[in-house]
Amino acid sequence: MQPVSPRVGLFVTCLVDLMRPSVGFAAVKLLERAGCRVEVPVGQVCCGQPAYNAGDRAGAAAIARDIVRAFEGFDYVVAPSGSCAGMIKLHYAALLGEDSEYGPRAAALAGRTFELTQFLVDVRGQAGMGGHWPAKATYHDSCSCLRELRVKDQPRRLLAGVEGLTLLELPEAEACCGFGGAFAVKYPQISDHIVAAKTAAIASTGAELLLAADLGCLLNIAGKLRRDGRAIEVRHVAEVLAGMSDSPAIGEGTD
Amino acid sequence: MEATCHRFGAASARALADEQLQQALRHLRGNFVVRRAQAAARLPEFDSLRDAARAIKDEALEHLDLYLERFAAKVEESGGIVHWCSDAAEARAVILDICRGLGARTVTKGKSMVSEEIGLNDHLAAHGIEPIETDLGEYIIQLRGETPSHLIAPAIHVTRAQVADAFRAAHTDLDPARSLDEPATLLAEARDRLRQRFLAADVGITGANFLVAETGSTVIVTNEGNGDLTQTLPKAHIVLAGIEKVVPTLEDVATILRVLARSATGQEMSVYTTLSTGPRRAGDRDGPAAFHVVLLDNGRVRMLGSEFREALRCIRCGACLNGCPVYQAIGGHAYGWVYGGPIGAVLSPAFLGLAAAPDLPQASSLCGRCEDVCPVRIPLPRLLRRWREVAFAARIGAGRSRVVTRAWVWLARRPRLYRLLTGLAARLLGFAGRREGAFRFLPFASGWTATRDFPAPEGRTFHSRWQQRERP
Amino acid sequence: MTGARETMLAEIRRALGRESSGPAATAVASRLAAHPAGPVPARARGTRVELLDRFGLMVEASAASIAKIASPTEVPRAVAAFLARHNLPAALRLAPDPALTSLPWAGTPTLSISSGPARPDDVVALTPAFAGVAETGTLVMVSDPATPTLLNFLPDTHIVLMRGHQVVGSFEEVLARLRDRYGEGTLPRTVGFITGPSRSGDIEQILQMGAHGPRRLHVLLLDDEAPQA
Repeated sequence: MQPVSPRVGLFVTCLVDLMRPSVGFAAVKLLERAGCRVEVPVGQVCCGQPAYNAGDRAGAAAIARDIVRAFEGFDYVVAPSGSCAGMIKLHYAALLGEDSEYGPRAAALAGRTFELTQFLVDVRGQAGMGGHWPAKATYHDSCSCLRELRVKDQPRRLLAGVEGLTLLELPEAEACCGFGGAFAVKYPQISDHIVAAKTAAIASTGAELLLAADLGCLLNIAGKLRRDGRAIEVRHVAEVLAGMSDSPAIGEGTD
Repeated sequence: MEATCHRFGAASARALADEQLQQALRHLRGNFVVRRAQAAARLPEFDSLRDAARAIKDEALEHLDLYLERFAAKVEESGGIVHWCSDAAEARAVILDICRGLGARTVTKGKSMVSEEIGLNDHLAAHGIEPIETDLGEYIIQLRGETPSHLIAPAIHVTRAQVADAFRAAHTDLDPARSLDEPATLLAEARDRLRQRFLAADVGITGANFLVAETGSTVIVTNEGNGDLTQTLPKAHIVLAGIEKVVPTLEDVATILRVLARSATGQEMSVYTTLSTGPRRAGDRDGPAAFHVVLLDNGRVRMLGSEFREALRCIRCGACLNGCPVYQAIGGHAYGWVYGGPIGAVLSPAFLGLAAAPDLPQASSLCGRCEDVCPVRIPLPRLLRRWREVAFAARIGAGRSRVVTRAWVWLARRPRLYRLLTGLAARLLGFAGRREGAFRFLPFASGWTATRDFPAPEGRTFHSRWQQRERP
Repeated sequence: MTGARETMLAEIRRALGRESSGPAATAVASRLAAHPAGPVPARARGTRVELLDRFGLMVEASAASIAKIASPTEVPRAVAAFLARHNLPAALRLAPDPALTSLPWAGTPTLSISSGPARPDDVVALTPAFAGVAETGTLVMVSDPATPTLLNFLPDTHIVLMRGHQVVGSFEEVLARLRDRYGEGTLPRTVGFITGPSRSGDIEQILQMGAHGPRRLHVLLLDDEAPQA
């Protein structure tokens, strides 16, 4: 039985915090619109995935315990990121499974943690968030949303409720964008090759706006679109759902 | 086969710049990837078959000793001979011995990745026995002096013009002016040439997709029929197989067959699936008089007892290669050994040692598509991550990355300090980049900015604004 | 080679953390004896008529051809017509199976007939089948003094006489029939599952027929009103 006005801890994510706070504010707006009370616990920095994927299991576990503590007591934990939500939901159990104290707490946290669009649709039952954003858009499914969380339908359903927005399906929408966190920096040429295929697919749709639920993907794709001189706007799906058109798009300056 | 996994950086850069290879790899995406998805969609039971296939492989591995014993007993009962080889050298020696004992001059070969693993062809050739690859793709790369670049389509990186060149150089008794523009002519020529070799071969060597414990049968799966000619025409049939190929029963073969071809090429069934049990029987009018099975360990037993056991479920379908964005970018040769793609990135360190292949588990975005398409549900991303843990603990690979990771963890566990430092950095970078909106060059991310802009931060961090109760 | 065998088996047991065969041996023996089937697809089930229809469709989908005949006496004419239609030489190598050699070949004198194992120059072969699998349009052939294996591979064109009662829905039913004929735990030298003519996609991923095995595969389906399978 859901609380009428659940207390939600916002997992900001390090990328949103550093690079694009607008996404965080959009998430807050959407959660409040969906009837939640939002708090932002100060004990959070990172979900631990960079350490986890780098093979630093002990480091990742230490961060995981910090997060378990920081988010104790909330009805739900919501992140505007499939990658971070996936880390908490799927991988904390593997990291802290042997820990008799934190293991059960991590399992409990996993059960209450969601990616934003997943939360709005599956938990809060939102059919749409309203809004108005006339544009031809296309949507990239991040690997973590798709394969870790099985989130594909939810963002599309919410976008269908945005007045004036036409959603064009992206060819090979399920293909990786080549970000992969440290991968993009450690193997930049291979990463670039992969994102080039993604941006070519995006351009082929004729869309003027590219959306996704993960900021890592968006930074990568926006960086490539800009370098190739393609005038396609890149935003996080939360920004469009929350109607936050004031801030410049990702990679767009004030010029 | 000599391993060059340590040269991954240079090999992958070369592959990215190879336009011919890139053309072939682009075709993969529309071809195998799409057809596999269509085949899976056409069979409602596909996912439950994958679960069943995984269970069969797990059962076989959990009781590998017992199933191998039964398999061997049955092979011997049907008149075959089993050889137990702990490493590549032993397997090469055994096979050479059998060939020499029969006075073999030429040996035809069905496609066998294990034979690549043990370097069989070179060994036979060095001892005056000519090995002839009969799978068309293997034949092409044999002529070119190359190694296979894909699990099931070994010559995927070769253009038709290159095939024509190879044929012209090798089939010197034919008219050099003949036209070899069309794939159909190339195929006809290969068929003709290899038919002569099939008929003359003294020994035929195949791999095995399955070793069936119940009956002592070995199973090969081909589309060409080369495996069947290889194993039926000569005096002796030698099967070379890793011990992990064993499955308990014929029903288990049927279950796995239902996911094998669909995962590999999108076909419902490969053209020829053949069970061989012992040599020819009294009264048979064809077939080999001798049947040998060479069982190979070569590191598989060690894997069995390790955290990488699940990789031994692999049925060598190639689906993980086809779907992998990294394989699609660099092809098979860049992985530097027999097995490429995600499975190769897990197996090569297991067989060769992580220090010999440090890049392979790192060069992945962990997108997870491999696990999604694996017919036996090998948790490849988890195994890749496990190799990364081994590397981190043993300090294998670039040290800088470990330093950065440790620094990040240290800082991430100190929120107040973290926010102080990053708040400053975000404001500085945000200010520097606000007009353009992105950086064309960043010193600490020069690999990225070589070919991509780096979007600028908005300016103040979320936490600093939230703390000030600033809300848009 | 007992040394090598025992060493490897001992190492495997060590890797598996098992002292000896022990109770595991009983479980393994039962599984082998029971040989349980995995999930059998719905498309492998149906009435006799449905399965025969599906078999025909799947055979054609595999780029083989299929023609129905009503009685064994029609075989020679059906074969002659097929060869003529495809401009193939009127020479046929029969599997040395009395069921084939005893057919009324005298009625088609233009066809030159011989029987026995395959020879390098044989262009067309006619063989019987052991079974047909409707789920995939697969032909099942076994090696036997009457059905030498190379007849299925050496000739350019392979014609198969399939009787209606030989067609089953699933692979599992074929396995049951193999056990009926050969007993538990034994098989002849070769059991071949053939689905369509030989092909290769190894040159630029372009699919081409006739790699090493037959270029052409034709099935004569003799629906002989046999009892329900």
